Amino acid sequence: MRRLTNWPKVVAEMQAVRFRSLTERVGREFVVGVEDFGHGALLLAESLFWILLGRWWQQPVRLRSIVSEMMEIGVMAIPVLSILAFANGAMMAMQGIYTLREFGAESQVITGIATSVTREFGVLIAAIVVAGRSGSAIAARIGTMQMAQEIDALRVMGVAPVRYLVSPILVALVVMMPTLTILSNLMAILGGGVVSVMELHISLGTYSERILSILETGDLWQGLSKSLVFGVLITLVATGNGFNATGGAEGLGRATTRSVVLCISAIVVADMIFTFFLIL
Amino acid sequence: MTAPAQYPQDKVIEVSNLVTYYGRQKVLDDVSLDVTDGEIMVIMGGSGSGKSTLLRYLLGLHRADSGVIRLFGRDINTLGSREWMQIRRKMGVSFQGGALFNSMTVGENVRMPLREHTRLDESTMRIMSRMKLEVVNLAGFEHLMPSQLSGGMLKRAALARALVMDPSLLFFDEPSAGLDPVVAADLDNLILRIRDAMRVSIVVVTHELESAFKIADRITVLDQGKILMTGTVDEVRNSDINRVRNLLSRTYEEQLVDADDYLRRLTDGMD
Repeated sequence: MRRLTNWPKVVAEMQAVRFRSLTERVGREFVVGVEDFGHGALLLAESLFWILLGRWWQQPVRLRSIVSEMMEIGVMAIPVLSILAFANGAMMAMQGIYTLREFGAESQVITGIATSVTREFGVLIAAIVVAGRSGSAIAARIGTMQMAQEIDALRVMGVAPVRYLVSPILVALVVMMPTLTILSNLMAILGGGVVSVMELHISLGTYSERILSILETGDLWQGLSKSLVFGVLITLVATGNGFNATGGAEGLGRATTRSVVLCISAIVVADMIFTFFLIL
Repeated sequence: MTAPAQYPQDKVIEVSNLVTYYGRQKVLDDVSLDVTDGEIMVIMGGSGSGKSTLLRYLLGLHRADSGVIRLFGRDINTLGSREWMQIRRKMGVSFQGGALFNSMTVGENVRMPLREHTRLDESTMRIMSRMKLEVVNLAGFEHLMPSQLSGGMLKRAALARALVMDPSLLFFDEPSAGLDPVVAADLDNLILRIRDAMRVSIVVVTHELESAFKIADRITVLDQGKILMTGTVDEVRNSDINRVRNLLSRTYEEQLVDADDYLRRLTDGMD
């Protein structure tokens, strides 16, 4: 009988415990997030320090490793990026023409392609391709080094791991992301052009003249400035996840997956924030 | 007149009252030891004794929670990054798995410290790296990648890299772990030979009794984060400390179980 009268109290207590564990978990995740953010900021500060002052500190960032990162992250991404950007531009043209045909304004699709590619989609595709290809590869490489004590070996040799591993990637991405974005813009506009030529019965010359007359330098700058931010984000997320990798092969897999997912999430969210401030 | 020693009694390493934590767990408890110039000090202990942790602190990979570590007479907690670099050039480390950089050939691995710290030209660096590879009997292997080497060769290559800056202090993490007895004995001989040829102080962390007795001048026995004893090989062999004797005779030590404690552990976190 006594137990029955206590029942509501027990239920309430259980709910309270459940709620507490939920809030605790949210709190812990939040702390982890803040921690990651702090690590990222430190990583950025340290790698900038080595890039700017390394030579004076007898720890220069080597041109050779910058060039090899540029090849690996940038140049090797060109084929897949070209295909994706071309396809995306073509798709945009098809959807645009289909939608605008209802208003009999399908020739306006060129305006849509010109601005949305240069401001938004060119850079977004470039960033996602680089994040997918290199976000995982960088995290895996640094994570493996971490587990094989190679990072420790660097440190006891008197070589700052951030200078040796992160700074070259940062320089490479800050140079390559805008370059790849320009390529991505060109390929997407070309893709849109091919569809427009077929559907709107205009020549490729007319199409490119229209594109050039619509585009303003501001549109291009918007994409290019974003590409710099994305380059820095990819560097920090990928290397940070590599350094934090623990727990053998399984942990390495987790770190690389986390790296790619976080890279792409960071890119998309940063893109939204950026666009908000640039447009509104 | 010879120059006065910069540190007392030529002690290259002095650790006093080192206390370290991993999370909330105390890993090293009041550890004090010293290594004198030219000696081989073996830090011995079972798994979980804290010997690898001690090595990581000696290498300056972590900051001590309390206590002082002096390398070459300098308190490593107070060193600026440039002074640290000066000291690190005098240290060589051979890690347990070798820790060679997998993306470079053996030769490039050995040349790496030279490339980072000196302005020698390429051919001088090549000659120096070949000399060190000769010392560890790996001549002719410089073009192989680390993944193409056997376990024993990896450790010898790592040793060549540790030696390339002519260090005065050398660290070995588990030199014989994962090697067959013949290769392990070979490596022990190599360590002795290097000490005799190069006047270098060597710190070896190992759990292999045979290897420890063969190479050590002095042995520090570490157990559950505390130093059981430090002494010469004979002193350790003839020690009457119970836990040291158990370690030497490989006797399993039964831990007394407190019944209340046991029950509490089983029911911990339940209502």
